[in-house]
This record gives sequence, C-alpha cells and structure tokens, in this order.
Amino acid sequence: MAKIKKTLKDKEQTIIMSGNYASAWGAKCSRVQVVSAYPITPQTTVVEKLSEFVDKKELDANYVRVESEHSVMASLVGGSMTGARTFTATSGQGLLYMTEMLHWVSSSRLPVVTTIASRGIAPPWNIWAEYTDILSVRDCGWIIQFASTHQEIFDSVLMSYKIAEDEGVMLPYFIVYGGFTQSHTSKPVRIPSQSDIDGFLPPPPKKGWAHLNLDPERPVTHGNLLMPTQEYLDFRFLIHDSMMKSKKVIKRTISEFKKTFGRNYSGLVEKYKCKDAEAVIISYGAIAEQSKLAVDELRAKGKKVGLFKLRYIRPFPTKELLDLFDSGVKVIGIADRGTAFGNPTGGPVSTEVMSLLHQSKRKIKVLPIIWGLGGRDVTVDEQVNIFNQLIRIKNKNEYPAEKSMQHGSLWLGLKTGA
Amino acid sequence: MKKTRSKSSGPKITVYTSWKELPCVPVSAPSKGSIGETGDWRTFKPEIDGEQCNKCGICYIYCPDGVIIFKEGSVPSIDYTYCKGCGICSVKCPKKAITMIRERQ
Repeated sequence: MAKIKKTLKDKEQTIIMSGNYASAWGAKCSRVQVVSAYPITPQTTVVEKLSEFVDKKELDANYVRVESEHSVMASLVGGSMTGARTFTATSGQGLLYMTEMLHWVSSSRLPVVTTIASRGIAPPWNIWAEYTDILSVRDCGWIIQFASTHQEIFDSVLMSYKIAEDEGVMLPYFIVYGGFTQSHTSKPVRIPSQSDIDGFLPPPPKKGWAHLNLDPERPVTHGNLLMPTQEYLDFRFLIHDSMMKSKKVIKRTISEFKKTFGRNYSGLVEKYKCKDAEAVIISYGAIAEQSKLAVDELRAKGKKVGLFKLRYIRPFPTKELLDLFDSGVKVIGIADRGTAFGNPTGGPVSTEVMSLLHQSKRKIKVLPIIWGLGGRDVTVDEQVNIFNQLIRIKNKNEYPAEKSMQHGSLWLGLKTGA
Repeated sequence: MKKTRSKSSGPKITVYTSWKELPCVPVSAPSKGSIGETGDWRTFKPEIDGEQCNKCGICYIYCPDGVIIFKEGSVPSIDYTYCKGCGICSVKCPKKAITMIRERQ
C-alpha cells in the first residue's frame, strides 16, 4: 500500500467540516485510487478537497479532470476495469448527464462509489435540496443509500466500498445527501485512525476484480453482443439477483462497522419510536431525520407516532416495510422529496411503498406527501401538523381538505391562493 | 452448460442451460475472425505502391481493424481476408502510396 504523508499522528480526530468535506474525507480514508472530477453546485467542494489531498500527497490517487459528467463516469469505467478503487461526486443535472454511463457501470458490475449532493432539476433553475435527481435514476442498478448526518456521510463511504466490492455484490453505490442543507453546513465529524480504517476496509485485490480485469498481459473482450436467443435476459437477471442478495451484505457490513467503530446504523431502515406507533411517517434523508423532533413533541403529549426512515431505496427494504405494516400501525404518511410525474401518487417512493400494501393482512390508511421540492424548507411545525392530519385520518377517516391535496397526494406548501 | 461450435470453422461457443452457471458479465478471450471473413464485405481494395511507400507505418497505426502487417524498414502488407476496405489507410498515407481499387460492380 502506498505510504501517505501523515499530517497528524495516526489516531482518531474530530474535525468540524461540511457534508461535502465529509464525503471527500471518506474517499481519502478509503484510499481511493482514481478520482474523476467535474464541478457542479453544490458538490464542487468534494472534488476540490480531493484535489487538495492529492496535491499535498495525503491521498495517492490518479486525479482525472474531464470535460463533462458523462466523461467522468466513462473514465471511471476504465479505471475500475483495471481493478482500481474509484470515486466521484455529482449533483442534479450532472447526474442526469452521466445517466447512460451509470447503466454501463452497473451492467459491467463495477464497484464505483459516487456521492450525490442532491439538487432540483431544471428548468426552473434550482440548486437546492431535493432528491428527484437520484430518484429518476433509481432503477439503473446502483445501490442507493441516503445519509442523514455529516458523520453518516463519512462513515457511509467506508462502508460503501466494503459492500460494493464484496464478490457476491459487485454493484456500484450512491451515497445521497441534501444540497446545501447538508453539503454546505458544518458539523463535527469523528475520523477514526487510518490503521483502524485499513483494518475495516482492506485494499482491492491486487489481481483486479475476479469477474472483469483489463490486463494487457491477458486481453479480453467485454460487453459482447448477445443475440435474443442468447443470455441477455439472464445477465440482466443476475444484476437484480445480486441487488436483492446485497441486503445480507449491507446488514453484515453495518454490524461490522458498529463492532469496529461503535456507531450503529441500524440496517436498511431506521425506526424511531415505531414500536407501538399508530401513525407513522415513512421518508428518507435529513428532512426525515428532522421529523424525529416532531415525533418527540407529539409523544410528549401522549400521541402514538413514529418515524420510519428509509436508509436504502435500492435495494428496497421490502421485508422491513412488511414488518411495519403487520406491527399494528393504522395510518402511514409517505413523504417524497422528489417527483415521479404521472405515476399513481406523483412521488416515486410513496408509490413503491404502497405497492407492498397488498401483501399485508391489515388494512392501513395512506397519505402520500410531496414536500421540500427545490429546497423549500419543511419546518418541524409542519411535520407535527402532518402527524396530526394522519391521526385525523385514523380517527375520523377525514383526509386533508386543503387545496394542496391534488390527485390524491398532499403537495405540502403548494401555493393555492389562500 | 454445453460447448458447441456455431459453424464448422467457427470458434467454440459456450451455451448455458442455467443462469446459475453464468459468469458475472459477458467476457471472452480474443479470437481472430469470430464473426467470419469480413474481407467479403469489401467493395474497394487498398493497394500499396512499394515505390512510393516511405515505410513510416502510419497506415498500420490508423487501420481500425489491425489488418496491416508492418515491420520497421519494410513496406507493409495487408491481410485481405479481413480488410473491409474502409480506405482510412489510403486517406492517411502521407506519400499517397495507397490506392483504393474497385473490386466489384
């Protein structure tokens, strides 16, 4: 392993840093070997920080500057195919620009890790937090995990390589957080000692990935044409199959992380006071994390409410949701910070959650919610209000009468002329 | 899983009977001419004039199919079994030593 310049003694340190810097530190501590960089607000300081690390010889990586996000991901295909640990970061329009290459990466089963500082999709031009960018590519075969805190952003990068590079998984991995709300705010982040991190996350195999390695000594052809009668369908099945089987690897890695570093990330979901809850909000991201405050406020008044936070949306936490449905919850609000135009609810995740309801023995009432688009703030008071609306649905079967109820979903804060 | 030949002269192709036998991705070892003798596709054939040729090797570098055989100091030769007649060598030759001759109507 390359010797890196040690600026501090090899011990744990706590540094106040932005969410973006937490991502860059995660990549540095994971000893990534190829970084491909292109700037876009609000992720730019991730790749800028990494260029500093490389310049100061604190990270021994090949830093590639390209002319577009499509080339970013294309260059990482090349880098990853030689067995290197690869990394990049992007947002919004940049993620959409690299979409074709996202498929190339996952279909080649390359364990690339990318962090996303999510921003609104244009037009209208909007650089603030919402997740439509990542949600619109949710089916391309990448594992998708939301990080709700700065510490979680850093820790997730370490775990992501361990999961992605597992021989039974071999899938690329997104870590997603909110543009500006998380990317540009600062919090203390505990950085473990590099030797502890190296113990948790070994380097990639010297011979390259077992299934695909570009080696001039042993040339191969990859991505061969397959006729309809040949195994195209079967190769595509393998991707879905590995994604489903990755759930075990994810849970095991989280458990190992807890043993090594002491921080517990639950699993595919995090349940907050859901045990005896009758009204639960199901959501993801830091905005979901915030609703814990709404839960606490209402619990103090004796209301049985809870937050069910999705950490992963790919693979989808099917079993965890079915367990929630069978737990006695009476009404769920599913809040999306992103859109899926024309789908049953207008929200990508709410429709997917609702698709599981038929498997439950219980009859549960549902309120799909769309909130926070384009970085519009959602306050704790508004979240308390949503819980109260859910309780009214449960008790009186009274759905919200607001004009912001459109096509069966509550578009929180929709300007209705009142 | 069983191995068969696609044609009597072609390379061995593995035929899988179960998804469980598949490798992670479609990867194969390189083999020459696995799609057949692509020289058949040609309409124009490149011919090198040894007198004009300055043995620079530029045609060899530019040939997209790697059918130009070049040894330093010699006039290159062309493998017509696989040359598709694209004409790039002729365009790139600095000495205009390569002419594209029509082979068929």
